[in-house]
Amino acid sequence: MNQFTSVHVIYLLEAARWTLLLSLIALAGGGVLGLALALGRVSRLRILRGLAIAYIQIVQGTPLLVLLFLSYFGLSLAGYRLDPLVAAGLSLTFYVGAFLGEIWRGCIEAVPRTQWEASDCLGLNRFQQYTHVILPQAVRIATAPTVGFMVQVVKNTSLASIIGFVELTRAGQIVNNSTFQPFLVFLIVAAIYFAICYPLSVASRVLERKLHVAR
Amino acid sequence: MSQDSAVAGRPGRDPDGPANASEVVVSVQGVTKYFGPLKVLDGVSLEVRQGQLVAIVGRSGSGKSTLLRCMNGLEPIQGGRIVICGHDVGIGKSNRAELRRDVGMVFQSYNLFPHFTVERNITLALTLVKKNPKAEAARIAAEVLALVGLADKSSAYPEQLSGGQQQRVAIARSLALSPQVMLFDEVTSALDPELTVEVLKVMEDLAQRGMTMVLVTHEMAFARRVADQVVFMHKGKVWESGPTAQVFAHPTTAEFTQFIGTGL
Repeated sequence: MNQFTSVHVIYLLEAARWTLLLSLIALAGGGVLGLALALGRVSRLRILRGLAIAYIQIVQGTPLLVLLFLSYFGLSLAGYRLDPLVAAGLSLTFYVGAFLGEIWRGCIEAVPRTQWEASDCLGLNRFQQYTHVILPQAVRIATAPTVGFMVQVVKNTSLASIIGFVELTRAGQIVNNSTFQPFLVFLIVAAIYFAICYPLSVASRVLERKLHVAR
Repeated sequence: MSQDSAVAGRPGRDPDGPANASEVVVSVQGVTKYFGPLKVLDGVSLEVRQGQLVAIVGRSGSGKSTLLRCMNGLEPIQGGRIVICGHDVGIGKSNRAELRRDVGMVFQSYNLFPHFTVERNITLALTLVKKNPKAEAARIAAEVLALVGLADKSSAYPEQLSGGQQQRVAIARSLALSPQVMLFDEVTSALDPELTVEVLKVMEDLAQRGMTMVLVTHEMAFARRVADQVVFMHKGKVWESGPTAQVFAHPTTAEFTQFIGTGL
């Protein structure tokens, strides 16, 4: 049995970079998908609303773990052998998109109806209303819940360890297997997760104050 | 009510409007509107001529605000016809852009954009819709802000202003687009008396400059002093209407008599 040394700590920190990368992929991919879904949810076209609702309901009702299995094991059976990073990134994108879509829909709807009316009366078309009046205000409302949800996403990337992707949690398992000091190892793992998530929470509060959320 | 209310209407103006030949800017004919099974407008007709100020008064729930919103296409109508500045309102949205160009609207709750400065609130539509260059838009903003007495507030955010100031910015914002007609939907109802005065002052100035205005209001003294025509609505109908001095001096219905009698 090996001693737990600084080498292990560095190994964990290096693995944490994959956790960060996976989180960023999830945020970027899920953000694009989420915006599309949110706009679909508030669309005037019934078909778009229906599709967005169906997607959100199905994905929100599916465990992330199952999405991971589907994209990694399922697709490989179908002949598409995905790299664990790609499979995990894809699953997280689908998962985060559904939740952000629903969170952001709520934020768009939280902008008072009178803002639509006032901008309509000034002659803005629907696209201009969204880009200049509604979305900027929705972003303010969305900041706190979005960052709050990102904290969940960072922690949920640990599920990618199941498909063999070596991120922070998987690295913790590996280190523990050789040192057998679970308390120490996983406390350090937990501390690293905390070190990533805590600044996010703080940033959320600061942003909220800075953008002086009026309502 | 004494007869010196014969001076009602603006100085130098005939209470019937500038001239009978002047153009009809707003024409509402037999308009019917339902909210579900509830008939809120029941065959409403009225006309506003160029340069007139028409005050629509009545109790809460009489349909006056709804009528104003229908005039601007914010609410669909189920029957009748509304034509403003030659644009047929309420039949589809095909002519919405032209309607917006010619008709301005000010709301009870100001509805300024909270994330923009006062100046940007005003220049937004100028640059986006009217495609004015930035400098030109800024010049217009300064001009209309001076008109409403807020030249020094251009870089303030709405939340830093009083309700009365916000409402004056809202008027300036609408005015900046040089509309043919302006609709005012109970614009002083959310303000305390002191702030109401400053907003009414701005509206009176506007009227004196010849702006065609339709206002839904509870300010009876203001309507009586400044309006050319008064329209009293009751139960979704135009119950009584006519030149201001005449309808106040000789109300013909019990409801209107009672309404002005309550001192509202």
